[in-house]
Parts: sequence; structure tokens; C-alpha cells
Amino acid sequence: MQADLSIILPEIVLSVYALLALLGVAYTGQDRMAGPLVWLTAGLFTLLAVWIGASGEGTRTAFGGMFNDDGFARFAKVTILVSAAAVLVLGQDYMSRRGILRFEYPLLVALAVVGMMVMVSAGDLMALYMGLELQSLALYVVASLRRDSAKSTEAGLKYFVLGALSSGLLLYGASLTYGYAGTTLFSGIIAAADGQAPVGLLIGLVFVISGLAFKISAVPFHMWTPDVYEGAPTPITAFFATAPKMAAMGLFARVVHDAFGGVVADWQQVLALLSLLSMFLGAFAAIGQTDIKRLMAYSSIAHMGYALMGLAAGTVFGVQAMLIYMAIYVTMNVGTFAFILSMERDGQPVTDIRSLALYSRAEPGRALAMLILLFSLAGVPPLLGFFGKLYVLRAAYEGGLAWLAIAGVVASVIGAFYYLRIVFYMYFGEEGTGLQTGRSAVQWLFLMGSAAVMLLGIVNMFGIEAMAQAAAATLVN
Amino acid sequence: MTFAAMAFYLFAVSLLTGGLMTVISRNPVHSVLWLILSFISAAGLFVLLGAEFVAMLLIIVYVGAVAVLFLFVVMMLDVDFAELKAEMAKYMPLALLIGVILLMQFGLVFGNWQMADGAEAARAAVTPEGVENTAALGLLLYDKYFILFQLSGLILLVAMIGAIVLTLRHRTDVKRQDVLAQMYRDPAKAMELRDVKPGQGL
Repeated sequence: MQADLSIILPEIVLSVYALLALLGVAYTGQDRMAGPLVWLTAGLFTLLAVWIGASGEGTRTAFGGMFNDDGFARFAKVTILVSAAAVLVLGQDYMSRRGILRFEYPLLVALAVVGMMVMVSAGDLMALYMGLELQSLALYVVASLRRDSAKSTEAGLKYFVLGALSSGLLLYGASLTYGYAGTTLFSGIIAAADGQAPVGLLIGLVFVISGLAFKISAVPFHMWTPDVYEGAPTPITAFFATAPKMAAMGLFARVVHDAFGGVVADWQQVLALLSLLSMFLGAFAAIGQTDIKRLMAYSSIAHMGYALMGLAAGTVFGVQAMLIYMAIYVTMNVGTFAFILSMERDGQPVTDIRSLALYSRAEPGRALAMLILLFSLAGVPPLLGFFGKLYVLRAAYEGGLAWLAIAGVVASVIGAFYYLRIVFYMYFGEEGTGLQTGRSAVQWLFLMGSAAVMLLGIVNMFGIEAMAQAAAATLVN
Repeated sequence: MTFAAMAFYLFAVSLLTGGLMTVISRNPVHSVLWLILSFISAAGLFVLLGAEFVAMLLIIVYVGAVAVLFLFVVMMLDVDFAELKAEMAKYMPLALLIGVILLMQFGLVFGNWQMADGAEAARAAVTPEGVENTAALGLLLYDKYFILFQLSGLILLVAMIGAIVLTLRHRTDVKRQDVLAQMYRDPAKAMELRDVKPGQGL
């Protein structure tokens, strides 16, 4: 027990912090303490990320295999913690000025992060479900945090109902899998399902994948994404687009490789189809959008398609490509949302992309940073986003899915259109409408930092390649 | 016929009767009473299986709390059951569809369900020698599945925080009771006697 507890120590620290802070703040300052609490929580996330990143090599399991601490989990956890910290800090100014910075917000995010850390470490279908529910439940609440707004409430309700449905699908699949394998441990399932999958297990596998596809918003389980992204307050949308995506993708990789690694051919085709549909729907549906938050929702659907492409390859390199892609995606999104958060006119937030008209004349520096981020999102060489796409395309090609790689290139060209449209508005649009940005130094810092990463990362990708390779090697065997 | 077999048939018959009568009795209060009978019979069946803990849970939680709650709801809310029954025809196709799906699932399980080698042995819940099943359940819940138990606690906490965040409003236009102010109130200052002259106000 002692050894088991020492393995989950980061999770324990974060949970205990959330409990103590909740108690302390409820009795002392309430919402007045929300601002400092945001910074404190973000600081703790960063500390934990450093701690987990620095805590040695090797694979350890706790609680009879229910919880894994391996390179893959550590890579995913560091990404989750850092992006959650960044998003928390980014949104603080926005939320306090709109009066929705409640002290529960950072604590709900902290509890959601505990759920995500359990998700990427799960070694058992029950642990997987517990982590997923802890994360999702906290996210449903923060989605409707602005409860006076009908849109925010609608976003939370929609997210909740569809999320509950997806949990049902996942549980149904898990029960069928259990019915076949007789155990919920991933190590037991992979031993039982080796080579040939009977019909019952296959149905279970498909239902589990459907449930997970809901969480990463892959087509055809994407319908909640645009509405939730648009309705939720922007800092929370930024959070949805980063850490939970990484967690769900990590969980996805863990389930298909750790539990169903014996039947790769069976899930490969499902993942390839999900990937193909997500890339194309994301690219086409975003073209008609005028709201930048909805546009980012479709953009994230398309990006999930590319990440799934890496996973669909079913190889070590595929998982490595997926990890690299997700890390780059999260960085780009933090920068982009730093910009979206700063968009306002007369103190009111603006999300219409036409309001960006001739923005480059007013703020050349920010416009240039945004241009770099958008080019990187579109996958224009030589920016970092291009290398992410290159990795997944190569993984798909080497995994024998050349047709998927070609489709990915086509979808990426189509998708480039709507990113470039924003650039067009910023540089050549009609007479501007006076968009104001730039109250918060934090947002400026993250925007510029993220853009700089996109430029400087092309030298050696900050060594992330080797880290992702080591992480992927611990997952796939 | 042994005593155990007799008890089994007794409980089984009363369980099925209770279930059937729950559905077909006209008075909703009777329905709930029949439901309680079927819960108790099911608890009896669990005792026969050697699962006393589950049996006690069924009595305490379902009969003691859930069924009584049902009873209160049925008696306190004036639900027009005739109207509800009239709407049943509307949902019949959906109910039939669910029934067919359920039948297909039974077909899958009893007809052609393949299991991995050793799955049945892995699934069997063996109570360790010399340990009562309540103690065995406790070991499972608080020892083997410790982390799951704690995580479900966190999930419930999130649900509670969520309910408060989304519903609690601190209204300022409501007068609240201030107990201290009431206690420290000085009766001498609370009332004042004035001599009002006729024809004049204060």
C-alpha cells in the first residue's frame, strides 16, 4: 500500500490541495480570493509538471495494475498540467472583468486535472471510467459557469446530456469486453484478446471507441463541439481545446494499445474512418463560420482527425507522431486563444472574425504573431505545425495507410482556406471597426511566446521528438 | 424437498408475483407496496445464496429508503395515472423496439457468446477461506479498489460543488434572520411610548 500510494503521490497532492483550498477559501475570502487562487493553482500545476517530468525513468504499476506510471503517462501528464496552468492564468483577467471568476473555478479545473491524470495512467476499465467521469463532470459545470447567459447554460446542458450518452456507450462496450475477458484489467484483456476477436468483443471494442471518440470530438460524434465552444465563456473554451483533448487522446492510445494491442487490425480500420471523417468535416464545415470560437471548434475537430491518423497507424512511430502532434496542437491553441481572449470592443468581448478587418495596421506585432500561429495551424511549412502534420502523415504511410495520408494532405489544403481567410481580414480587409486588444500583459506574453515556439521549434523541436519516442516505446510493445 | 429448496420457491414465487402486481395493479399505492414485497423476496433469495450483506443492503436501502420515498411521492403528488396510461400507446413502438433489442442481447449471450479461456474462473467472485462475505466485500472495496473508492468520492464532491456553483445565489434584497442581533436587542429601546395629541400626528 505504501508503495502504491507513493506512485499516485502527485494525484494525491493535487486532490488534497483542492480540498484544503476549497475549505479555506469558503470560510475566508470566497470570490475575493479567486484571483490569487487561480495563480496558486497554476503554480501548483507547474510544480507538479516539473516534479513528474523530473521523476526518473522506468515503469511502475500500482493497485494491482489499475494505475500505470510509465513514460507515456508522464509525457501526457506534463502536457496536461502545463497547458492547464497556461489557460488558467490566461483567462483570469477576462473572467474577473466579466464577474464570472468564482473561487470554485480553479478548484474545479484542479479536480478535472486529477481526473485527466488518472485517465492517462489508467490500467483498468474501472479506473478509466472513474478518471473520465471526474474530468467530464467538472467540465460540464465550468461550461455553464456564466449561468445568467442562456448560451452558456445551453452549452453546459448539451455537453452534459451528450457526455452522459457517450459514457453510456463506453460502459456498454466495457461490459461486453468484461464479458469476454472476465477481467477489467488491461493486462488481462490483452492476454485474452490475442489475434482473433470474436463478435462479442468486437462489438465491445467498437462501443468503447465510440465513447472515447465523443470525448475527443471525432466525427461522427462531434456535434456537441461547436455549440459548447461557442456558448462557454472564452477562457473555458480555451481550456476545453487543450488539456482535456490531450487527456482523452492519451486515454485513447492507452486503451487501443494496452487493452486491445492484440487485435490491431480490428481497431485500425475504425480509427482510420474516424480520422478521415474528422479531417474532412472539420475542413469543410469551418469555411462558413464567422464566429472565431466556432471556427476553432471545427479546427479542433480537424486536428483530432490528424492525431487519430497517427494512432491509426498502430505502430510505435504512430504513437510518437500522435504525442508530438498533440503537444504542438496544445501550444498553438494556447497562443491562439490568448489572442481571442484579448479581442474586445468598448470592453465587450468580440468573436466575429470580420471585426479583425485591417487589424495589422493597428497592432502589427500582434497581427504578425497571430499570422504565424494561423499558418502553423494550417500546416504551412516551415512552421512547427507543418512538422506535426508531417509526422502523422509519415506514420500513416509507414503503417500501410497511404490512402489516409493522401486524404490528409487534401483535407489540409482545404482547411488552409479558412485560416488564411482570417489572415486576409487582418491584412487586407475593408475599413476596420476599431478592435481593441492589449490590456493584459499575460495574454501578450503567451501570444508572443507561442508564436516564437512555432518559429524556433523548427530547429530541433525543443527535444520533444526524443521524449515522445521514449514515451511511445513504453506504451507499445 | 429440502428446507432451502422450499424457501427458494417461496421467495421466487412471491418475487414474481410482486413484480407482476407492481405493473398491473390499478392503484399506485398498491403498486409501491407490491414493489416492497418483491424487494423483500429478492433479499431472501440473496440470503439463500449466502450474500447476507447484499440482502441487508436491499432491505435497508431499497425497502427502507427508496420504496418509502416512492410511497411519499405517490401519495403527496397528485399524479393523474389514468392520463399517463392513456399516453402509453404513443410510446408503444419505442418500448417494443427496446424489447426486441433486449431479446437480441439475450440471444447473443445465451446463443453464441464466446469467452476467453479462463475468463469464467477470473470472473468468479471467490470469498477467501474463513472470511465472512461482508468482510470480504470490505477488503475488496477499501483495499483492492481503494483508488476507485477515493475517486468516486472526488466525483461526488465535484457534483456537490457543481450543484452549489450553478444554483446558489446570494441575494441582497432578502431580509435574513440575524440571531445575534436578536439576542442582544435591548427591550428597553425596542419600544417607545409617545403621547400623541389629538388632531396632530407625530
